[in-house]
Amino acid sequence: MLPNEIFEKLRSVYSDQIIELIENHPSDSFITVNASALFEICHSLRDEAFFMFDYLMSLTGMDLGENLGVVYHLYSMQLKHKIVIKAFVPKEQPKVPSVERIWRTADWHEREAYDLIGVNFEGHHNLIRILLPYDWEGYPLRKDYTAPEMYHGMKVS
Amino acid sequence: MSEKKRLDLEYSQLDSDRMRLNVGPQHPSTHGVLRLEVEIDGEIVTEVIPHLGYLHRSFEKHCEKMTYPQIIPYIDRMDYISAMNNEWPYVMALEKMLDIKVPEKVEYIRVIVAELNRIANHQIAVATFGLDAGAFTPFLFFFRDREYIIWILEKLSGARLLYNYFRVGGLAGDTYPSFKEECLNVIEKVRKTNAEVMDLLIYNRIFIQRTANVGILTPEVAVNYACSGPVLRGSGLRYDLRKDEPYSIYDRFDFEVPVGKGEVGFVGDCWDRNIVRMQEMEQSCRIIEQALAQMPETGDVKANVPKRIKPPKGEVYMRTENPKGDLGFYIVSNGTDKPERLKARGTSFVNLSVIPEISKGYMFADLILILGSIDIVLGEVDR
Amino acid sequence: MGLLNKLDDPYDGGGIILGKVEELLNWGRSKSDWYLHFGLACCAIEFMAMNASHFDFMRFGTIPRTSPRQADFIMVTGTVTFKMADRIKVLYEQMAEPKYVISVGSCSNCGGPYWEHGYHVLKGVDKIIPVDVYIPGCPPRPEAFEEGMMKLQEKISHQAIFNKRKRLGIE
Repeated sequence: MLPNEIFEKLRSVYSDQIIELIENHPSDSFITVNASALFEICHSLRDEAFFMFDYLMSLTGMDLGENLGVVYHLYSMQLKHKIVIKAFVPKEQPKVPSVERIWRTADWHEREAYDLIGVNFEGHHNLIRILLPYDWEGYPLRKDYTAPEMYHGMKVS
Repeated sequence: MSEKKRLDLEYSQLDSDRMRLNVGPQHPSTHGVLRLEVEIDGEIVTEVIPHLGYLHRSFEKHCEKMTYPQIIPYIDRMDYISAMNNEWPYVMALEKMLDIKVPEKVEYIRVIVAELNRIANHQIAVATFGLDAGAFTPFLFFFRDREYIIWILEKLSGARLLYNYFRVGGLAGDTYPSFKEECLNVIEKVRKTNAEVMDLLIYNRIFIQRTANVGILTPEVAVNYACSGPVLRGSGLRYDLRKDEPYSIYDRFDFEVPVGKGEVGFVGDCWDRNIVRMQEMEQSCRIIEQALAQMPETGDVKANVPKRIKPPKGEVYMRTENPKGDLGFYIVSNGTDKPERLKARGTSFVNLSVIPEISKGYMFADLILILGSIDIVLGEVDR
Repeated sequence: MGLLNKLDDPYDGGGIILGKVEELLNWGRSKSDWYLHFGLACCAIEFMAMNASHFDFMRFGTIPRTSPRQADFIMVTGTVTFKMADRIKVLYEQMAEPKYVISVGSCSNCGGPYWEHGYHVLKGVDKIIPVDVYIPGCPPRPEAFEEGMMKLQEKISHQAIFNKRKRLGIE
């Protein structure tokens, strides 16, 4: 299924929760959705017979200045098609529903996005830091991040 | 109640048969600096909690500060056992963004070096798995042969482990005159050793009893955890990006995708994952032979690429079949010579996340084998 | 093999060694070092190749130990991160005296390629434990490992054992 067909199908069910489809060759085309309806959209993307996106390739957190973004790269093992879903949330309240219950692989990806970018995934069973030490402060991949001077008595930079 | 009796009562109320054990971060069997917090009930594993990040080297932050060609050495250091394979999806992503057509000869050399490196990776994987199971000889055999592969790659790129050989639109250098012969020699050696190891290790009765029916990963769980590579194929799913979405020139070669068949136990056990690796080495040998025969004698090894690489605004997700599974790079460009965001989907990172699921209920000694059969590299897990 | 060469000494007629007890002890110590292999990253793979058939690290009389209590020296092979740094310190403190440290690779020497933006990388293991021998390279070739091991043996064979404080001029 091509991205525009997936977009039309999703549009017919979720109407204005699906914001736009951006196609810009040679870039990958992606669908922007409303973060509040993300869980339901992902659920039908996995379970509907014409989508069957059972394989979450990657989950990326992004810092976009004003907003934080979450990008989902989906792939279907049976139908061999893929799609990119994006959702944006304001930096002050970066709340995104967790898709960990849909694809178990999202568990660690979400923890990583929380660790490095600071996206807050609601409904995740164990949202703690995964790569950095548990007592680390700040989110290193944000553009305005400055590394601390010292950590446990060791000079950082 | 007497003093003695009260004590007995207290002991019976204590949950005394559960123990929490730390494996790692410095442990010879964790294949790096992974820490596993294991809860065991006697000898039976009841819970495994992996703690990562002991090798978190801030890869993604570096990518945002470096220009595109400068990132390639950092990508080598992600999955340091198969550096050639790592560079490939990255340069392919940039070539797609810049719309560069790579010369024919480059594609063939890329296939050859990537498959050579795949063999080297699987040799280490099976060798260290043998070490975990208590067999030292395959380790020596495989490392003897791996050295011949490394010599070829060293002559091409100048480095033994981290090659920095791929460039956007080409390669760092051409092959050398005796390249073909040496590759064929190496293939011969690899095949000979593989036959020996098949006897010594894989079909060894002790090894089968150690690994069969241990760490069974069902296809449904494997897909839900987004496993890939030999871990997924060991579960019986025929999913290989070289066949399913042939990138580069993989559609020109005749090769098979080995899958686990449950020859000695259930489909998807540790033994299956290893036999898949052994058979993949043979398939890689076949690909190299065909590529060597088809490779054009002369030709450029670099396409016309602008000196400063500035991809247009946009984003690309590119994935290829790494020896460990599919490795993806998500590159977001903002039009300058540095990426806005670069996310690496580490294969080992995803494959490792299945450990808590498949190691429950097995013996503690089996946990080490399960971890070995997943074949992780911590540089890629932590990045 | 400084001590063994004396067997050819014409004055002794062979078979008799004249030397200091200290030299004998140091000779023994330097030719049988057990190490705690602290494999962290890429260098550890090269070190595995070093241990295998082509290079045979054990020819130096080294035996890998997995416990710091039985080790004479520790090989820090790879990038030291802040999460790991505390553990290295603890392991080093558990080792029995005399103990030595070999720092392998650019990362553990000075931070290597991660020196500039590595917010989670310790810029050199010598910030937390004293290092005796630095082996450069990213990763070092097996020949470099051999050279580093020889340097450590040289260092051990010149070490003072008796009247140490007096000779160092502390008292």
